[in-house]
Amino acid sequence: MAKVPNQADLLQSMNYTPPAKGWMDVPPNLAPGNWAYPAKAEKVEYLGFPNPRQWSPADEDWKLPPDWWQRIHEGFKERLGKYRSLQVFMDICVRCGACADKCHFFIGSGDPKNMPVLRAELLRSIYRNDFTMAGKILGRLAGARPLTLDVIKEWFIYFYQCTECRRCSLFCPYGIDTAEVTMMARELLHLVGVGINWILEPASNCNRTGNHLGIQPHAFKDIVDFMVDDIEEITGVRVNAPLNEKGHEVLFITPSGDAFADPGIYTFMGYLLLFHHIGLDYTLSTYASEGGNFGLFTSADLMKKINGKMYHEAKRLGSKWILGGECGHMWRVINQYMDTMNGPADFLSVPTSPITGTVFKNAAQTKMLHICEFTADLMKHGKLNIDKSRNAGKVVTFHDSCNPARAMGLLDEPRYVIKNVVDTYVDMPAQTIREQTFCCAGGSGLNTDEIMEIRLRGGLPRGNALKYVQDRYGVDTLACICAIDRATLPPLADYWAPGVSVTGVHEMVGNALIMEGEGERTMNLRQEPLPGMEEEEV
Amino acid sequence: MNAIYSLVFVFALVLIPLFGVGAAQQTYFFGVCVPWTAFLIFLVFFTAKIIKWASRPVPFSIPTTAGQQWSNLDFIVHDKYDNPATTGQTWIRMILEVFAFRSLFRNTSMRVAMKDGKPIVGYFSAKWLWLFALMFHYAFFTIAVRHLRLFLNPVPKVFEILETLDGLLQIGIPRLYLTDMVIVAAVMFLLLRRVAVPTVRYISQVADYFPLLLILAIAASGIYMRYYAKVDVVAIKQLILGMVTLHPVKPIPATIDISFFIHLFLVSTLIFYFPFSKLMHLGGVFLSPTRNMPNDSRFVRHVNPWNDPNIKPHSYAAYEDDFRTPMIAAGLPVDKEA
Ligand code: HEM
Ligand code: SF4
Ligand code: SF4
Repeated sequence: MAKVPNQADLLQSMNYTPPAKGWMDVPPNLAPGNWAYPAKAEKVEYLGFPNPRQWSPADEDWKLPPDWWQRIHEGFKERLGKYRSLQVFMDICVRCGACADKCHFFIGSGDPKNMPVLRAELLRSIYRNDFTMAGKILGRLAGARPLTLDVIKEWFIYFYQCTECRRCSLFCPYGIDTAEVTMMARELLHLVGVGINWILEPASNCNRTGNHLGIQPHAFKDIVDFMVDDIEEITGVRVNAPLNEKGHEVLFITPSGDAFADPGIYTFMGYLLLFHHIGLDYTLSTYASEGGNFGLFTSADLMKKINGKMYHEAKRLGSKWILGGECGHMWRVINQYMDTMNGPADFLSVPTSPITGTVFKNAAQTKMLHICEFTADLMKHGKLNIDKSRNAGKVVTFHDSCNPARAMGLLDEPRYVIKNVVDTYVDMPAQTIREQTFCCAGGSGLNTDEIMEIRLRGGLPRGNALKYVQDRYGVDTLACICAIDRATLPPLADYWAPGVSVTGVHEMVGNALIMEGEGERTMNLRQEPLPGMEEEEV
Repeated sequence: MNAIYSLVFVFALVLIPLFGVGAAQQTYFFGVCVPWTAFLIFLVFFTAKIIKWASRPVPFSIPTTAGQQWSNLDFIVHDKYDNPATTGQTWIRMILEVFAFRSLFRNTSMRVAMKDGKPIVGYFSAKWLWLFALMFHYAFFTIAVRHLRLFLNPVPKVFEILETLDGLLQIGIPRLYLTDMVIVAAVMFLLLRRVAVPTVRYISQVADYFPLLLILAIAASGIYMRYYAKVDVVAIKQLILGMVTLHPVKPIPATIDISFFIHLFLVSTLIFYFPFSKLMHLGGVFLSPTRNMPNDSRFVRHVNPWNDPNIKPHSYAAYEDDFRTPMIAAGLPVDKEA
């Protein structure tokens, strides 16, 4: 991990007063630490993207193809024709600045190019120059500038300092969504071979092995077996965790991050416990062992290709519907893109809870249900046998992930589930949760450690809100429904609100479930003593 | 600097008719030709831009959801107008956006304070922009509607009611219009905000100051005509009616004060400038996909016209071919035995 300054130094360096020079004259800082590592040649090549090579953003020469200008220009024109969003957003911003201080990266740095409006202007200035009359005639006076290599470098820095969180778009009077602009800019950069490894490697892994981490099927089985063993040790119950089996009612897909790393694995165990508890007829798949989709952070085409596996696998296995785990951007893809790209999935049926009989008409088209909707429904119908005391002593708050919040509106379902399994729940301040939630600052493929300082800066608004409830209400647990959050929030909390631990919602559910035939529960899923059981530890 | 440029432009725009009419006596040119040309350009390019936007496909359903989604869980309360699920609800969302600036109403300002060496990030309600923007737009709209009395003969009753309402304060002769004061105050606020808030100044371009200054100049010249020059409205109405009926009066009545030609020229400039500028947010807001779409893509199919059916996932068969041996060794089911 890159060295990060301590809090005092970091805060000292924040400055919200813009420089005297106009932004077009301020070059981007290309020193290491300001960018994520570029994509490895072999990953670029595997995905069939242009211009695979070894290069570094710190070098003067980025080894772009000789016709780079043409490629970007043509690519821009093509996308203006394909996306009304891009065309309209390029034309109508009034620069009112309502979005300016809404971006966590601006709040944490004061860098004016992190104001969403200016981030979009980085692209808009080229749009004016290349595609509008005023820009062509008046040039800079009309806010236009020519596309140069320095502009490409600036794009690379700032469009990879946007987590596509859409908080800006909530406040814009015209709904201008800078995330959409960032997505377009990243597509353009890929046309000349400029991308980051932290996105393209998971994407290419996902294509081949079925998950971001490149876990091969037999290894995936080992991991699941290992979790089943742990669950048995903790609860005395051996749960059933079918893999790649045909003919089950439900196919369950969740991000692979939860199969791999702490604390995500506890959430995964929570799912396994829940499914066993209710006797769900389901299977996991190693081929579709990834809920996440780094294609969303790359290009619409790659997103579609990766997402296609879900329906492909559901069809092969003969499942009736798909249940999706806790993940942020996965749910943006499912809610806003999946059926359009890869549907209609007529071979599936409308998700219906086999336990409560609830027909989820709100998933009638995608045939895919969110685990929090599923669990909330079970709880409402009293189908779960719950012992809240296993989570006693916890003071819990909830981090709304950007995508379920602003690209879906899944706000109360997770809260409902949490409140059913813990005694004390408090929300963070209103301006930092629900639709106004702040990003973990590691979304959209920026959860890599070489840009830790950028992440921690961007994490200030979330971290500060967390610190507030920690000081005021003694919050010690930050719940979330996203695998990226489970990876990014721990360092964020350690830095801004030390002492708060991060958990998935279904980890707490798993702990609270009273399993049939279980032994005395003395440990939680992390194998820490349960409240009241501490003295039994040797 | 950008503000200065804009100021210079607007001054130049005042000087043109001042000399053109004052010295060169080109009343016909400024009174008839310029407005007609500006109006035609507006019509053609405004329409062209709307057609251009509307003809672009909306490949994906990407509303920004600003509240709780609709679902079958009836114990969870759907936030209908911030996260609409139906076309009707989306209409209400749009109406709130267009007439009440719903999104801008959410505006907050952020400040970082230090307490005992620790940061406190605070968010404060910041409704000033919303308030003045709303005042500005309503005043602008009302003034525009009030002007229609110059275009219609006889003047319909509604316009008289509107005028009475607008002159409700009953100050001065001629009556002082509320909207005249409001628009000047609001434009001044928007201008001052642009100059005074460092981040907003940093993002502001000529294209941001220019329309505000132009509108201020239009309002000023209008107010001057009404309250100071007390121009010959009857003659002006004659001129305008001549224009709209395509039978321009000739010669242009000499009783019309030069301030009218300045006002008219500035308005013509605004109208001409409109379709090429950010003022097109007027049309764009209706076409913004993050606002005008219901959040229904999980239960109603949304079609992307350029969806490429040739993009297929890496197939299961290829995956199994890749990993069959270890899969069998691990006891995972396979479709084809080795
Ligand atoms: C949903 C509808 C609309 C919203 C939310 C909206 C909002 C805004 C905002 C925030 C500004 C910027 C003020 C500034 O400079 O800081 C503005 C300016 C302006 N708008 Fe609107 N507007 C809307 C519709 C309209 C309509 C229908 C018109 C019709 C003429 C219009 C005409 C103008 C003009 C002339 C300006 C001032 C020039 C400028 O600031 O550049 N707007 N609007
Ligand atoms: S809020 Fe919207 S219109 Fe205002 S500056 Fe930001 S993007 Fe532009
Ligand atoms: S989408 Fe999020 S990260 Fe990107 S500019 Fe907007 S607020 Fe900032």
